[in-house]
Amino acid sequence: MTSELFLFIVLALIAIVSAIMMLTSRNAVHSALWLVLNFSTIGVLYLILGSPFIAMVQVTVYAGAIMVLFLFVIMLLGAEQLGGVGSSSRWQMVLAGFLGIVLIGAFAIVMLQGNTGLDTAVASSTEITPRILGLRLFEGYVFPFEVTGILLLTSMIGVVILNTSKKKEGDKNG
Amino acid sequence: MVSIDMYVALSAILFTIGALGVLLRRNAIIVFMSIEMMLNAANLLFVAFSRHYGDVDGQVLVFFVITVAAAEVAVGLALIVTIFRSKKSINIDEINLMKG
Repeated sequence: MTSELFLFIVLALIAIVSAIMMLTSRNAVHSALWLVLNFSTIGVLYLILGSPFIAMVQVTVYAGAIMVLFLFVIMLLGAEQLGGVGSSSRWQMVLAGFLGIVLIGAFAIVMLQGNTGLDTAVASSTEITPRILGLRLFEGYVFPFEVTGILLLTSMIGVVILNTSKKKEGDKNG
Repeated sequence: MVSIDMYVALSAILFTIGALGVLLRRNAIIVFMSIEMMLNAANLLFVAFSRHYGDVDGQVLVFFVITVAAAEVAVGLALIVTIFRSKKSINIDEINLMKG
């Protein structure tokens, strides 16, 4: 067993366990913290895959900014204890579990058939540096990049409009 | 080097856990977090295949997915806060505004 495989297995176990803990925690704050661990683990996997830029973006944007937003909203609403796993009705849980097993079974069947054509590729071991990524981004994807800027501006305006209280008073609840 | 199959398997497991989170939980914020996890599983697969084929375009796509996810979370959480203000609840079983 190579050291890279060992590292992958350890990280995969951490990712799966933290995902399951995220799903089953009754406290929403605990769920969010487990999800931070999950995102950080995936960030390390990106490093193993030789893409340091995506790894850093994963840690700063996902594990940092997005999860801080989640934690902030959870604490703002005081919604920590709302609705654990057991709060949905019985048949819904059974049906969801059944559908989950079907989904993972479908994945397994496709993988085990082995006709996914994955072995034909040339495996490259070159690390994709931020320089290469940036050059590719601005050579072939300038227009989508601009659209992304407009998208972020639009969502920012939307958030401001949604959270602006109509009345000046009665603002105490945030 | 770790085989691409293992990354596909890990991504499939994470995606399934995220889908189960959407189906099982009744807290709208947890449902949102599960959606983020499914996006992350897809991103992991993008990067793994980008490495597998030696192609940078997969990582460019991950960059865009992360940007869209950030915008989506901002708008979604603002909607949740607004709904909580009017309904005093974020249980998705109680948010059936369309019923009137």
